Amino acid sequence: MNMPAARAWLTRLLDSDLCYDFCRSPVAIAAAVLVLLFVLGALLAPLIAPQNPFDLAEISILDSRLPPVWMEGGDPRFVLGTDDQGRDILSAILYGLRISLGVGITAVLAAACIGISLGLVAGYLGDRIDAILMRIADVQLTFPAILIALLIDGAANGLFGRLDREVFAFWILVSALALSFWVQYARTVRGATMVERNKDYVLSARIMGLPARLILMRHILPNVLGPVLVIATINLAVAIVTEATLSFLGVGMPPTQPSLGTLIASGNDFLYGGEWWIALFPGAALAILVLAVNLLGDFLRDALNPKLR
Amino acid sequence: MMLRRLVLAASLAAGLAANVAIPVSAQAETMKFAYQGAVNQLDPYSLNESFSLSMLANVYEGLVRRNAQLELEPALAERWEILSPTHWRFYLRKGVKFHNGNEFNADDVVFSAARVRSKGSDLGKRIDESARIEVVDPYTVDFLLDAPNPILHAEWETWFIMDKEWTEANNAVAVTSASDTTVNFAGLNANGTGPFRITSHESGVRTVFEPYAGWWDVALHNLTRVEFTPIASDATRVAALLSGELDLVYPVPVQDIKRVNETAGTRALIGPELRTVYLGMDQRRSELLFSSVKGKNPFQDVRVRKALYQAIDIEAIRAKVMRGMSTPTALLISPYLFGRASEIERFAYDPAAAKALLTEAGYPDGFELVMDCPNDRYVNDEAICQAVAQMLTKVGVKTTVNAMPKAKYFARILPSGGFETSFFLLGWTPGSLDSWNVLENLTSCRDDAGKGGAFNIGGYCNPASDALVKEIMAENDPVRRDELIFRAFALQHQDVAHIPLHQQGLAWGVSDRMVVAQRADDTLLFRYITKN
Amino acid sequence: MIGFAFRRLLQAGAVMFVVALISFSLFRHVGDPVNQMVGVETSTEQREALREQLGLNDPMPLQFVRFLGNAARFDFGTSYQFRQPVADLFAKRIPATLELAFTSALLALAVGVPMGVYAGLRRETVLARLFLSLSLVGISLPTFFLGMLLIYIFAVSLQWLPSFGRGDVVDLGGWWTTGFLTVSGLKALVLPAITLALYQMTLIMRLVRAEILEVVRADFIRFARARGLPDRLVYFRHALKNTLVPVVTITGLQLGSIIAFATITETVFQWPGMGLLFLQAVQNVDIPIMAAYLMLTGLLFVTINFIVDILYFLIDPRLRASA
Repeated sequence: MNMPAARAWLTRLLDSDLCYDFCRSPVAIAAAVLVLLFVLGALLAPLIAPQNPFDLAEISILDSRLPPVWMEGGDPRFVLGTDDQGRDILSAILYGLRISLGVGITAVLAAACIGISLGLVAGYLGDRIDAILMRIADVQLTFPAILIALLIDGAANGLFGRLDREVFAFWILVSALALSFWVQYARTVRGATMVERNKDYVLSARIMGLPARLILMRHILPNVLGPVLVIATINLAVAIVTEATLSFLGVGMPPTQPSLGTLIASGNDFLYGGEWWIALFPGAALAILVLAVNLLGDFLRDALNPKLR
Repeated sequence: MMLRRLVLAASLAAGLAANVAIPVSAQAETMKFAYQGAVNQLDPYSLNESFSLSMLANVYEGLVRRNAQLELEPALAERWEILSPTHWRFYLRKGVKFHNGNEFNADDVVFSAARVRSKGSDLGKRIDESARIEVVDPYTVDFLLDAPNPILHAEWETWFIMDKEWTEANNAVAVTSASDTTVNFAGLNANGTGPFRITSHESGVRTVFEPYAGWWDVALHNLTRVEFTPIASDATRVAALLSGELDLVYPVPVQDIKRVNETAGTRALIGPELRTVYLGMDQRRSELLFSSVKGKNPFQDVRVRKALYQAIDIEAIRAKVMRGMSTPTALLISPYLFGRASEIERFAYDPAAAKALLTEAGYPDGFELVMDCPNDRYVNDEAICQAVAQMLTKVGVKTTVNAMPKAKYFARILPSGGFETSFFLLGWTPGSLDSWNVLENLTSCRDDAGKGGAFNIGGYCNPASDALVKEIMAENDPVRRDELIFRAFALQHQDVAHIPLHQQGLAWGVSDRMVVAQRADDTLLFRYITKN
Repeated sequence: MIGFAFRRLLQAGAVMFVVALISFSLFRHVGDPVNQMVGVETSTEQREALREQLGLNDPMPLQFVRFLGNAARFDFGTSYQFRQPVADLFAKRIPATLELAFTSALLALAVGVPMGVYAGLRRETVLARLFLSLSLVGISLPTFFLGMLLIYIFAVSLQWLPSFGRGDVVDLGGWWTTGFLTVSGLKALVLPAITLALYQMTLIMRLVRAEILEVVRADFIRFARARGLPDRLVYFRHALKNTLVPVVTITGLQLGSIIAFATITETVFQWPGMGLLFLQAVQNVDIPIMAAYLMLTGLLFVTINFIVDILYFLIDPRLRASA
């Protein structure tokens, strides 16, 4: 996006009622603070976590399955207890957040980039390109994220022969999620673009001889960014949940580099045995994070939709 | 009016269905059980897979069978004689009838011997290719061998005898092979001589067994119906037992044993299993496929192999990963199958010695290594691999675990996948319950295509050991044979050919109403079950 | 109109071709089918012979053409694990999945629409906010975790409902089995249906709420109220009617994804439907089943999309001009 347009849009956003609304909504503020805390925890994990749960030299099987510190048999080194490999749950949650948020944010950004570009092109040019792109979207829609992850997993297998989960799992998840999310952006942006392109200001810009790229960027894009932002926020929540589900099905992050989803999935095996902390603490972290992101998304949607005012 | 009539019809139908259901559920002796896998087809020669065969062992019978203690006993053969090392005579049981009423006789044995060795059969190795079968009279059969084989009948519990007339009449003589586009009659129906018959079979959903009234032996069980459902998810399977929907589930994950025991009305049946879980190292390639060491193979140095061995704290694995449900072992065979196994002791856990050995071998800073591991095959397989990786990393061998489902895992590490691994975990139960099977399959020299010891994935090769294995095959004197076996295992122990870990434990969850015999090879035989 | 429909039909055909290509080429590369078919003791020569016999050594395009030709006749070959025709296996499993999916969709509509209407009309009340918060929790909980919790509470702890399977089923005419007609079948349906419905329920609730909020502000509603019509009449005669079109459309589109998401629910509850069949196939590298499943879901989605496209064309005259 070119700078003046972006700046203008940003100023408009900040000056708009959005800021005002935000300051007046305690729920939105609480959600934003929570999300911020989670992001900070993820970013600073190497500094604040008591242990690096990915470093095999730092964990010991002899510390496995210790309960949280306030329970009988707890160990002060492990505030929230340990998992079946002797990983500190608190550290695992902080590092897991890095992966869960990393996968989610990267996937959403990638999906938004693909979706917006394709949606703009399809909506503005219409006709054949539109048809082709939307049919590609149909093909994609045929496969929900879970099937896409399996598909990419298989394709990677075929290409690399041998798949090192520790290296590839992150990117497999990102591509799987991005590939299943882009359609939403593309459809939204396409729809909005189709409406916008027949409006007088675009027609006049066209008559003035402005190149299509410029019209798209400067005039149409700013008008569709609102809904895109809303989709992106809600998608982030969906991405984190979907990642957890994929890990449950065994196509997510490996247990040696657990995301929140992997932690819950492996902790589930210990639920009936009474070792509830392995699943419950990561589960609570996941639920709170997703809830906070969803609340933000809700707030944004209501705030950015002038009709609801 | 229309609506009322519809409602009436629906409630009538529901009432009818409920009425039909009552007599079935009222029977106290119905046993419902679940296993993690499914019975995929009923043809007893289609697939050499231990669970399917163990289910079919309730329906079909071999000339011999094994009891609850795994001892061989007569089944369709009343007795047998070894006339010479290459000439065995089996005297068949008279008056035995198949489930369809047909008489069992020597023709069925000859037919079954031909069919099990025919194209498409996955159990061809049950009888030697060159063995000839001759009918002496309708109830006497001779087996003529090219070379002596003292354990000819050891795996015959699962060489099931089929009815010649039934198989021929239903056009099912050819074994349903994987590439056939239609399954034949024998794949969807069963007709054995065993204590139970299959009354309904829906692959992957439910299989129903009912007792066969005409069985030749005295029924010790009191079951009138057995329903089997496959439940892959550990948690769901355990939940179904705890909630009282099922009478028996297996396997029970080790972490749920406590819960099963503490819940009123259920208990866990645990015992040692015959399967040995061990780690293998690629000693054949001149450079490891997945390691930081280039230009040479560290595993060709016995000091490195021993260093890895001594870096592993097997007691920690037993206590923490297996929760006490394993027996550490120094050999690739269970002490239940080889009496002298306890004479060889594991190398002690000693990380300092391991580091010293690595330094001596020229790896003072260790090296990087990728470990391949299944995650749905053995008890806590992936957790064991992770624990091993921790321990190796602590002595400097930075190990990355690459865990995958068994389908992918075996596709990669078995001969057909080109033995694509540097360091792996495998479990093995000898089908014949005899050491020779272990030594031949897991330890004898092989070429790159897998000729020789086909499951010797690491490619360990010691001609002295191979010579012993050949001698064992031909030796008929049990004491002398055990001595040879002992020497072979001792040799491999000194070579650190493998890193044996443990025999895992069996864990079944049962309702308190059940009395069940748990066989050490994880086989569930209905004929030993009573429900109170 | 006919031209438009014809073009869309052609496009749908192209889509199905691509789906077929993807499902074929992907699963041709996952695992090794031969390993799945034989036991561990089978020799290398026997394995190679089997590869040859199965045509796995033929050139890829030939294998693909063979695949397409068979698929067109609903012949997806023989399952490697079950050694039965894949079409037969699916025929047996489809009733279970469809009964679960339709029950869930109905449940989602029956609960989601009233909640959404209420939350939209009385958006400031405590209850409406509670609904909204609940819907967020519904979206935030992973399906498998919810299923596990339900099993833990209602099957293991309280022992009210079964934890797995379909219960007793009644065979209707040999081509359909139903769990609707037995007590145990209905009981078995409760937990999986709730698990599967929750996400769609929250989706529908939020959608209805948003639509209601929009419609209430629309001019014709304002006019209606200005004319002095009672609120109730305005809301139910006019507002709700206008929100239902997008709701039904979305529900229709979601039906496909319900069936896809049923794989998770079916796995947790061991529900003998085609999702479970698919997941077992993935675990066992049963290529024919996987390919068939992808083709079937693909066909379902393309069909639904096609119908929705046509409906939009009929409803929205603006699209007609540009088409």
